[in-house]
Amino acid sequence: MTSPAAPAVEKVISRAWGTPHSHTLAEYRKRGGYEALKKALEMAPQAVLEEVKKSNLRGRGGAGFPTGMKWSFVPKDSPKPKYLAVNGDESEPGTFKDRYILEEDPHLMLEGIAIAAWALDVHTCYVYLRGEFKFAAQRLQAAIDEAYREGIFGKKMLGKDFELNVWLVRGAGAYICGEETALLESLEGKKGWPRLKPPFPAVVGLFGCPTVVNNVETLASVPPIFQRGADWYAKLGTEKSGGTRLICLSGSVNRPGVYEISMATTLRQLIEDPDLGGGMPAGRKVKAVIPGGSSAPVLAADELDVALEFEALKVKQTMAGSGGVIVMDDRTCMVRSLWRVARFYAEESCGQCTPCREGTPWQTRLLRKIEEGRGEPEDLEMLLNVATSIAPYPPIGLGTTICALGDAAALPVHSFVARFRAEFEAHIHEKRCPFGDRPWGHFGDWA
Amino acid sequence: MAEPLFTPEQQKTFDTELAEILTHYPPDRKSAAMLPAVRLLQSLKGWCPPEGLTLVAERLGVTKERAYEVASFYVMYHLKKPGKYVVDVCTNLSCSLRGAESLLGYLEDKLGVHAGESTEQWTLRETECLASCGTAPCLQINEDHFENLTSREKVDAVFAKLK
Ligand SMILES: Cc1cc2nc3c(=O)[nH]c(=O)nc-3n(C[C@H](O)[C@H](O)[C@H](O)COP(=O)(O)O)c2cc1C
Ligand code: SF4
Ligand code: FES
Repeated sequence: MTSPAAPAVEKVISRAWGTPHSHTLAEYRKRGGYEALKKALEMAPQAVLEEVKKSNLRGRGGAGFPTGMKWSFVPKDSPKPKYLAVNGDESEPGTFKDRYILEEDPHLMLEGIAIAAWALDVHTCYVYLRGEFKFAAQRLQAAIDEAYREGIFGKKMLGKDFELNVWLVRGAGAYICGEETALLESLEGKKGWPRLKPPFPAVVGLFGCPTVVNNVETLASVPPIFQRGADWYAKLGTEKSGGTRLICLSGSVNRPGVYEISMATTLRQLIEDPDLGGGMPAGRKVKAVIPGGSSAPVLAADELDVALEFEALKVKQTMAGSGGVIVMDDRTCMVRSLWRVARFYAEESCGQCTPCREGTPWQTRLLRKIEEGRGEPEDLEMLLNVATSIAPYPPIGLGTTICALGDAAALPVHSFVARFRAEFEAHIHEKRCPFGDRPWGHFGDWA
Repeated sequence: MAEPLFTPEQQKTFDTELAEILTHYPPDRKSAAMLPAVRLLQSLKGWCPPEGLTLVAERLGVTKERAYEVASFYVMYHLKKPGKYVVDVCTNLSCSLRGAESLLGYLEDKLGVHAGESTEQWTLRETECLASCGTAPCLQINEDHFENLTSREKVDAVFAKLK
């Protein structure tokens, strides 16, 4: 077992959070804001791109794709305009970090947008924000307005002959619009139906033009790379993943919240470190942890000595995903938990592919049946069959559908049943939920 | 004659704001403004009446079926007039782990309306993760978020202000 103290790391994304007026341009400038952009503008666009590659920055939206590499897929000689689309849809259950970036330090992301635009020869950027984010939208729009007033956005970027327009677009409540091609459809004014890939957005994206889609945190990670250098940034991280990472900790733990951590931090350290999760509530033990948003395969209590880093989690057949760590304790019913997760994906399926459209509600019905004590012995195999026909597991990424929502719906089923099969069987044999009418741990008045 | 969709003042707001929104898109891509245009309609009317969607479609140069298709895809657009307050309670995993189902039950009793139903005053719904999992349980009333609803008193305090 490793010690509960997490490795120390310098905060680069969240360092201003909670300080007075952290969201304003004036305060951002006092922290050295937009100095990184100045440096980048003195470099050739290609050199900027190389620097991002060297930093080992990987996408924070879910897939962990290397950012510099993604940028390099944009064709240089295309006569069409190029676009940057920022993914601020933040709807993966258990994820709530981008929201804090936008509320506490929106200029950090806006500076990242400006640097990316210079590197990619982009003159129009759309920031697609989850529709429910009212406060974040207000803060972000105010910051965009400041950037226009101060000559950062608009016709000339810091006096240079380079035009950049940044528009905020608010979604309207659809998880699927976080998937990058559904996001582009939504930006085009349509319902969010994911597109078949290839072609990838970098080649055929918004309005048929080359488009880079990046997550809010990914872009907020760009200015520090230019402030302090790509080597410094790469060294903050692990061998294959540069920088620090925001982790969203929720569920049954003493100190839920967003924490900026070193990617060498293990799940156990995240939960137990007194400055991070602060341990489990009195009298409760960890039963299961979802490490990267509700679509990431679940881990059991004896699998927590794993670093919260893309490669390390992949070895465990799960994923770092969106950084949403959800802790379940020994008072929690696994069937009930999985049912709630399965219902989410059934609700949010766009209905385009048969395995996802038909399979996700089927999974949900079977789980409800088992949870309510009406399950038959063959229902468990049927459940696994349905999940397998959407996406087999392991490994991750074998889904049969247009987009990865199918995988996201099937992976929890496979991983919960693999680790907690006895609990599913107990529901079926006892013809009731062993937790009775208290399937959740609960806190406060709701305990 | 049927009542006009907008008051003259609302019509002016709609026209000016839509014109501004359209400057964000390439001139030949007007239909891309569908989401903001429907949002604008709903902010003026409180919901998306069919005549309103027809107007949006006309202005963006698409069929009214297309406007309806979009409006019906996204849960934040109301195709039926909702109660004065739309109360969305998150019951996704992180919130359920901290009592969201009990919170929802408390609200059903308190407001006298079942989840999924509406009265003149209240529309009560279960909703999916609102990105407040670290401050669970949480709910949203119209577009405002309320977090850390760990006790009945805290819930009562939120609702005491609503008339
Ligand atoms: C169903 C689904 C939902 C997604 N939701 C989000 C989201 O809310 N936010 C996000 O940044 N990425 C989301 N993604 C990942 C995006 O498709 C895309 O990989 C990401 O925005 C790329 O940015 P990055 O390279 O900076 O990570 C989702 C993917 C899928 C399949
Ligand atoms: S996998 Fe599901 S959400 Fe994705 S395109 Fe197919 S039906 Fe739609
Ligand atoms: S699970 Fe309720 S806000 Fe995320």
